[in-house]
Amino acid sequence: MKNIIAIYRRELGSYFVSPIAYAVTGIFLLVSGFFFYIILSNLVQRSMMPEQFGGQQGLDVSGTVVRNFFDVASQIILFMLPMLTMGVYAEDRKRGTMELLMTSPISELQIVAGKYLASLTLFVAMLAPTMIYHLAMGVYSEPALPWKIVLCGYLGLFLLGAALVAIGTFISSLTERQIIAGVATFAAFLLLLVLNIAVRDSTTTFGEIIGYLSLLSHFDDFAKGVIDTTAVIFYSSLVAVALFLTQRSLDSMRWRKA
Amino acid sequence: MIEVDHLTKNFGKVRAVDDVSFSVGRGEILGFLGPNGAGKTTTMRILTGYLPATSGSARIAGFDIFEQSIDVRRHIGYLPETPPLYPEMAVRPYLEFVARIKGVASADLGIRVNQALHLANVEDKAGTLIKHLSRGYRQRVGIAQAIVHNPDVVILDEPTVGLDPKQIIEVRNLIKGLAGDHTIILSTHILPEVSMTCDRVVIINKGRIVAVDTPANLTTQLKGAERIQLEVGADPESLRSALMQIEGVTDVRIEPADSTERLSVTVESQSDGDIRSEIAKRVVGDGFDLYELRAVRVSLEDIFLQLTTEEQPAAAEAAPAAATA
Repeated sequence: MKNIIAIYRRELGSYFVSPIAYAVTGIFLLVSGFFFYIILSNLVQRSMMPEQFGGQQGLDVSGTVVRNFFDVASQIILFMLPMLTMGVYAEDRKRGTMELLMTSPISELQIVAGKYLASLTLFVAMLAPTMIYHLAMGVYSEPALPWKIVLCGYLGLFLLGAALVAIGTFISSLTERQIIAGVATFAAFLLLLVLNIAVRDSTTTFGEIIGYLSLLSHFDDFAKGVIDTTAVIFYSSLVAVALFLTQRSLDSMRWRKA
Repeated sequence: MIEVDHLTKNFGKVRAVDDVSFSVGRGEILGFLGPNGAGKTTTMRILTGYLPATSGSARIAGFDIFEQSIDVRRHIGYLPETPPLYPEMAVRPYLEFVARIKGVASADLGIRVNQALHLANVEDKAGTLIKHLSRGYRQRVGIAQAIVHNPDVVILDEPTVGLDPKQIIEVRNLIKGLAGDHTIILSTHILPEVSMTCDRVVIINKGRIVAVDTPANLTTQLKGAERIQLEVGADPESLRSALMQIEGVTDVRIEPADSTERLSVTVESQSDGDIRSEIAKRVVGDGFDLYELRAVRVSLEDIFLQLTTEEQPAAAEAAPAAATA
């Protein structure tokens, strides 16, 4: 446990002095804030307009904003997280510090756990400021802002992000070059996105299976305020599998042919 | 403290470490000498628990390196060829981190880190970011992380490579200062380093151990022949027959010296004793002009080259006998 904490602290400290973490967080907040604004102003306008011009009087603006925001946010993190996770193992391997970790009296599991928790913490830190958007909206909201839906949405976002970070970290452990890890992770996430869109209205069994695997499809319910336990289990299992594979990947470094 | 038993490591078809056996006593400094690619780094990586061996075993501080790897790692400090540094960290936090993952208790953290800073002579850089340190300082921080948890065994892979002469001397003194309290294995392809710092030397080539002994013994024992160089004014044939008559002389090589009149003569002898006086008396007594007479000292460098470029039956005999010295 001590070892996990030691590694966690080091990794987190490293994130805080690295420009990448700030750049990614900054861009994420900028983009998500912008989208929030766009969604909000769009819906406000629609709710003000009389029916014949395409308006919707009596629209639950804040509820709709919340749902749309989470939908958009889930896609934004798909693009941003590869940047955060690409260096987690690749940099250590390149710098030779992997050898330090692997020749110390710590288990690979502890290494994986410590690093993962640090990345997860950074993800939460990146996500947290977006709560301000909802708070600001909530002050003027009529009817009142559905807080349960907001919290539900964040839970979904957290679980989705946890899974994405786990996958991205695993990919990072496969290579020494950050760029390759970043591109591969990005491609993987992009595939996930396309997958979701492609099978959204599918009727074939194959389509349904693929649809089930799509990370984003499980997220939809959270945005609507529904906590689906199958989705929670889905994301948690994904995290567990990715972490397990990462540990195997570390172990395999000892058995390299070169 | 360290017992290595028929260690072998294959990478696919390539045998990087071939049946390596040796032992190191407590407080000893053992040198690992060999050309690049000889298997030094691979052997060290096996001992430190980074790689598993294909066959064979080793025990460090009584623990088996494969069965009790975590225990072994607690007792080892390791400095790889590239120091495992985090550039964005300052020296002290870095050493604290290493101390923690090596199992140092929180209460002892401060003391241990300070001691390591002091021994490695990097106290004045404790607050500096590692990326701002010069090569020499980085190397010393690397040594500091290897000793911060006060391990029984310290394994250093080419600790002086890339340093300037002054830094090299500092690092060597540092290493010598560590001996006694710690058992040290250091690998190098710099020959003087071995004779200056090590108690014993293992010469390794192409994965196999070629010789194990103290630097002094290697120099005398593997000299094989004593070689004497002469500059003589004489007729080659009569000089040769005169010299060959001396007891113990095995070979005489005669070439013209720079000045055409004189001859440059190399005499190889088997004798344990010093036959220089015999040669002098003979040369002068037979009426030749003796201009120069000296013994050619065989250096560790010659031995190293000799051992790593051809098979030496004497060395092969000496190796198992000295392996457990």
